[in-house]
Amino acid sequence: METKNLTRRNFIKLSSLTGAALTIGFYFPTGAKAAEVMKSETADNLGIDLNAWISIDTNGKVTITNHRAEMGQGSFQSVPQIIAEELEVDLNDVRIVFAQGNNAKYGSQITGGSSTVRGTYKKLLHLSATAREMLIEAAAKKWNVPASECYAENGHVIHKPSGKKFNYGELVADASKLTPPTSVPLKDPKDYKVLRKPIPRQDTPLKVNGTATFGMDKKLPGMLYAVVERNPRFQGKLKGFDDTETKKVPGVKHVIPVKMSVFNTFREGVAVVADSIWSAMQGRKVLKVEWDDSGFEHFSTEQLYARMNDDLKTKDGLSFRTKGNFAAALEKADKKLEATYETPYESHSCMEPVNCTAHYQGDKLEIWGPIQGPDWVQDLLSPLMDLPKEKIIVNMTFLGGGFGRKAFMDYPHEAAVISKAVNAPVQVVWTREDDTTQGPFRPGMVYQCSGGLKDGRISAYKAKLAGQNMDHQWPGAQKDSYNGSTTEGFLEPYFESIPHYSFSDLPLDVPIPVMWWRSVYASTNGFAFESFMDELAVQAGKDPLDFRRQHLGEERYQTLINRLEEVSGWKNRKKNEGYGVSITECFSSIVGEVVKVSKKADGKVKVDKVWAVMDCGWYVNPDIIRAQVEGSIVMAIGAATVHATHFNDGKAVEQNFNTYKMPRITDTPEIEVHVVDNEEKAGGVGEPGLPPLSAALTNAIFDLTGKRIRKLPFNLEEV
Amino acid sequence: MLFGPSVGHKKPLIFKIPHLAEFLVFVYALWISTYAMFFVTFFLQPNLIMASYTLKINSKTYTVEADPKMPLLWAIRDLAGLTGTKYGCGIAQCGACTVHMGGQPVRSCSIPVSVAAGKDLTTIEGLSADNTHPVQQAWIKEQVPQCGYCQSGQIMAATALLKKTPNPTDKDIDTAMQGHICRCGTYPRIRKAIKTASQIMNQKASAK
Repeated sequence: METKNLTRRNFIKLSSLTGAALTIGFYFPTGAKAAEVMKSETADNLGIDLNAWISIDTNGKVTITNHRAEMGQGSFQSVPQIIAEELEVDLNDVRIVFAQGNNAKYGSQITGGSSTVRGTYKKLLHLSATAREMLIEAAAKKWNVPASECYAENGHVIHKPSGKKFNYGELVADASKLTPPTSVPLKDPKDYKVLRKPIPRQDTPLKVNGTATFGMDKKLPGMLYAVVERNPRFQGKLKGFDDTETKKVPGVKHVIPVKMSVFNTFREGVAVVADSIWSAMQGRKVLKVEWDDSGFEHFSTEQLYARMNDDLKTKDGLSFRTKGNFAAALEKADKKLEATYETPYESHSCMEPVNCTAHYQGDKLEIWGPIQGPDWVQDLLSPLMDLPKEKIIVNMTFLGGGFGRKAFMDYPHEAAVISKAVNAPVQVVWTREDDTTQGPFRPGMVYQCSGGLKDGRISAYKAKLAGQNMDHQWPGAQKDSYNGSTTEGFLEPYFESIPHYSFSDLPLDVPIPVMWWRSVYASTNGFAFESFMDELAVQAGKDPLDFRRQHLGEERYQTLINRLEEVSGWKNRKKNEGYGVSITECFSSIVGEVVKVSKKADGKVKVDKVWAVMDCGWYVNPDIIRAQVEGSIVMAIGAATVHATHFNDGKAVEQNFNTYKMPRITDTPEIEVHVVDNEEKAGGVGEPGLPPLSAALTNAIFDLTGKRIRKLPFNLEEV
Repeated sequence: MLFGPSVGHKKPLIFKIPHLAEFLVFVYALWISTYAMFFVTFFLQPNLIMASYTLKINSKTYTVEADPKMPLLWAIRDLAGLTGTKYGCGIAQCGACTVHMGGQPVRSCSIPVSVAAGKDLTTIEGLSADNTHPVQQAWIKEQVPQCGYCQSGQIMAATALLKKTPNPTDKDIDTAMQGHICRCGTYPRIRKAIKTASQIMNQKASAK
C-alpha cells in the first residue's frame, strides 16, 4: 500500500505524467462559513493551496485522501466509503492515501471525539457528488446530449437512451475545464449502494501479512534509535547524569539531556541514542541519573482520593448545569438517596507503545509516527522548534491503537528535539514501561450523587464530581472554570423529565498529566450516572428498564429501549440470572447495553453475555460499528474489572502488563451488537459503546446478588 | 446479514487436565527462554560482545552481527528488516512478538538471538505474502483486525494451534490465545476466525 502523501503539487506532477487529471477539493475562504468546491487548476491560478480529497487520472484511477488517522476505528474505510457512494466508483478501484498535517486545507484533523464521520460526512457527500456531476456534464457535452439523459455508474458515465459509455479517465480532461456546480443532487439513503453496507475494510489485507506500516516500522537511511530515561515523577528535574558505562555499550552514539513539552511544563530526561533499539536499551540500563524532585508534592493514590472525597463533603462544586431548586425539591421527596462512586486512573496502553520518528534538517522538520492530530503537532512544534508551520511536515502512519493518547504532542516534540541535537533522523521508542508509567492518564474521579423520588419518579437529582480537569493543564488555563463535560454521558431527555437538578464539579489540582481516554469523561460519568439511575429505580420499586423508559419520553429513546428489551430477552429472564441495563449518550450517539451474569459452580460470578444497541444516526458501515462496540465493551470490561493505575511517592506504580493487566480472551463474554437504522444526524462510533458497560455489569451483579459495587475496578472473583 | 447480531462465544470453564500437555509445553518453553536469558545475562555481562549468527527465517538465510543476548525480536525487525513481528511488552506478557521456532510458537522478545540461530523460524511474512494462508483468509473473512498491531502475533498463535488441533473447541481456543493481548478487543472475532480457518483447512484437506 502506498501511503505517499499527496500535496497539490504532487497531483499536478501526476497529472502532467498522465496528461490531465480532475482533482477537486475544498477551499475555505477566510471568514466564509461554507467551504467552496474547487478544482486544482483554479486553486493553482489563484495561488491557493487546495486540499485534494479526490483525484481522477486519465486512466480512470481514483485517489482518495483520508485526512484522519487510522487507529483501528476504520476511518481508512469510512472516508473512502462515503466518497465512493456519491462519486459512483467501486471501492476496490480506489487508492487511499493519508493526508499530511495541514488544517488550513482539511479543517481539523484531530482524530478524537469520534468525529471523523459525523464531522465531515455532509461535506464529503457534497464534494463527491460535485465531481460526479462534472464528469456527467463533460460526457453530455462530448455526446452533445442533455446531461439529464446521462448517469454515472461504477466509474463510467452512461448515456441512457443509446447505452454509450465513457469511463471517467476519458472525461477528466474535459471535466477539469468545467466550473464546479454550486448545488448538486444527493442520493436518497434508500438508494445507497456502498453506504450502510458491511464492506470489508481496505486495510485488513495489510494487517494480516505484516505489511501495514505502523510508527515503529518506519525506517530511514542513517536513522538512529533512541530511548529516554525520563524522571518518573512528573514535575521532577534532571540534576545530572553519568554516562561512562553507557558510552561503553557498542552502538551507543550519543547521550543527551532532553526536555519535552507536557502541557504547561517540560518532562526532563536523558536520551540514549544508538544504532539499534537494543543498544540504546542496553545503554539506558547502565546510565546513572540524578533527579531533582524538590518543590512539588509526592502524592499517593490514597491521598488523591482522600482529597477528592473531602472536597465533595466540604465544598460546593463549580456549577455547570442546573434547573429548578434541588434542595427544596429534595425536601419534599417521598424517598431520598445518596451514593458515592469511584473510578480509577487508567493508562491508555495502546498495543503499539508510543514512538515517533523525526528528521530535523535546519530549515525544516519532518515527522513520521502514529499520530492522531498531525495539525496539532504542527501547531505545538512551530514555536518550540522555531520553524514556520509549513516547514513541519507531519506524516501519519497506521496507529497501533490511539484511544486519545496519541492525540497528545509530547512524543513528537521529544523526537524533534533529539533529532536536532544529534543532527540525524531518529526514531524514539518508548518501552512498555515508559508507555504505562509516563501518562498522560485517564483521570480518576469520585462522584457524589443524590436524588429524591416523588410518586415513583425522580423529583430531584444532583451529581457532583471531583477529579482533575484536563483543560486546567494548559498554559494560562482558568483553574476556576467548570468542567464542560460534567454531564457527558447523561441522556438528554432526563434534563426535560427531571424537574430539579444540579450538576457541578470540583477540580483536583495535582501534577499528574491527564488526557482523553476512549470516550473521555463519559467513560467514568457513565458508571456513576447509570449506577445511580439503577439505585433510584430500585428505591422506586420499579423495573430498571421501565424506570428509564418512564423518564425518557422521546421516540428515539423509546425505540432504543424497546429494541434493547427485545434483543436481550429482558422480560424472559430466568431465575438465577442477573440482568443489568445502562444507557448513555456521548458524541451524538446513544448506546444501551444489557449484561447478563450468573454464578459458576464455585459460586463466583461470571459474565455470560452483553447485548448492545447502538443508535448513531446516519452511518457508513454496520460491520465497523459492530466491531467498534465489541471492542469498546472489552476495553470497558478491562477498566471495570482488571486494571488501574496507582501512584505512590509521586510515581505511577504499575509498569507493564504483568501488573497493569489487560482484559484477555478469557475475560470476554459473548457480545451481540445491533445497529439502529434511522435518518438522524451522524453520531460517533469509536467511543460511545464504552461508557454504558461498567454500570450495566454492576447493575447485573446487584440484580443477581444484592451486592452494589460503587468502586472500580473490582475483582469478579471476589464478588 | 446486514443488521444481524455479531455473536461471540461462551466463556470457557476453568483450566482442566486435557490442557495439561499444552501447559507443560508452555512452562518448558518459558523455562528454556528464561534459562537462556539468565545464562547470557550473567555470563556475558557487562559489555556487549558482538558475534555473527545465521538466522533461518521463512526459509531464507540471514547472517547478522549481534550481541548474543539481543532478543530475537530485534534481530528479526532491525537486522533482518522484517517488521511484521511487533514489540508489545518485552516480557512475554502480550504475545505481539510471537513467531514460530522449530514449528512451535515462541515469544521472540524473550529468546536471545544466540539461542534462535540455526533454528527454523517463521514470521507473519512467512505465512504467505498474498494472504492465501487459511488463517489469513479467515482473518479477512471475519474482519478481525482493528488497529492490527497485535494481529501478527495472534495469527501466528492461531496457526500453531490449528496445526496441532485442527478442530479446536472454544476451550482450546481460549487456552491457546489467552497469552495474547488485543487492546482493541477483537477477541470475539478471533474466536470466530479460528473456527472459520479450521473449516477452510478441512475443506482444502478433503478437496485433495
